[in-house]
Amino acid sequence: MLRWLRRLGQEALARLGTFGRAGEVLWRALVGVTALKEFSLLTKQLYQVGVLSVVIIVLSAFSIGAVLALQGYTQLVRFGAEESVGLGVALVLLRELGPVVTGLLFAGRAGSAVTAEIGLMKTTDQLSSMEMMGVDPLKRIVAPRLWAGFIAMPLLLLLFNAVAIWGAGLVGVDWLGIDGGAFWGGMQDGVELWQDLGKGTLKGFIFAIVISWIAVFEGYDSVPTAEGISIATTKTVVYSSVAVLAIDFVLTLVMYGDFN
Amino acid sequence: MRTIEISVGAFMLAGALALVFLAVRVSGINQMGVSAESFTLKARFEDVAGLTTRAKVSIAGVRVGRVTSVDVDPDYGQAIVTMAIDQRLASKLPTDTGAKILTEGILGGKYIGLSLGGADETLKEGDEITDTQSAFVLENLIGDLVTRMGGDSK
Repeated sequence: MLRWLRRLGQEALARLGTFGRAGEVLWRALVGVTALKEFSLLTKQLYQVGVLSVVIIVLSAFSIGAVLALQGYTQLVRFGAEESVGLGVALVLLRELGPVVTGLLFAGRAGSAVTAEIGLMKTTDQLSSMEMMGVDPLKRIVAPRLWAGFIAMPLLLLLFNAVAIWGAGLVGVDWLGIDGGAFWGGMQDGVELWQDLGKGTLKGFIFAIVISWIAVFEGYDSVPTAEGISIATTKTVVYSSVAVLAIDFVLTLVMYGDFN
Repeated sequence: MRTIEISVGAFMLAGALALVFLAVRVSGINQMGVSAESFTLKARFEDVAGLTTRAKVSIAGVRVGRVTSVDVDPDYGQAIVTMAIDQRLASKLPTDTGAKILTEGILGGKYIGLSLGGADETLKEGDEITDTQSAFVLENLIGDLVTRMGGDSK
């Protein structure tokens, strides 16, 4: 009994310790904005996590938008309500699917890469040699990656939504023959700037913070072995995905819970 | 480094363009400013049942404006609906114009239908439409039906 209690205590302390270290990394990296004066570091990371993710975002967005329009049409045409396809697709994308799918893709595409990179730097003692040279790796390595994630993911989200809705329009209007005026008009009538676009993008910001934080921390905190890197990379993807889905539910409850 | 900087710039630009597209084409931000060339009318209803802001206001099925707010008047227990109507109709609507809450199709949303009266005076900015007919509420209708059938069996 006592042994069991002790193990529980150890486990809890270890978990809390992880959160503490994660908080410390985030805090020191955020305070380390001073390193952002070296703008090229941030640009490099924006290229790595942002520009290189554009292709996968655009491709997934187009197919998701097209599929939503196709499915929405086949269901709604039975009620003669195929004009609502545009509104339905836009609301679903802006409020839920856009932030969540972008978050999952971003975690898989960019988050894992960041973790692996930092983990390998740690394994090959690059981080400790930096410290020896008097350079804070949290400022030089972690901070730019963190900020690049904060900036890149909301932009990717906007791209995702725009491409997906455009794809839905292409399939719905040009292929299935929904009236273009009704498609776009219904969308403009039903979608509200802050309520849908604003809150959806805010979700994207929050996911960006969570994913980037998990990614840099898992890399920074990884066990410095080949196996450690692989575990850390897996953790990043799993934790980010679970966090995105769980936080999305809470955010939806808070943002849209009081069905006004 | 140069290509990286250029591509990051292009990425930023693409994000900004996507935001513009979403704001203008999807959420219809340019349509929000109806107040610029519109005038306001109010109407009191006993029951608006599901009428929301931005719902359409029409005459003979043609859109002439939109609902800007739905509020409750606590003194009378009525709903006050404020509408923005196209400026072209500013001194064209008679004072005995009627407002009715209608439903678009079976599953469609609620909207307001205006029917013109024959009075000589016309409605001006901020006037109130008095001749109103509330939304069709299924529960009330069933309630009526039940009371009437109960009355018959006496």
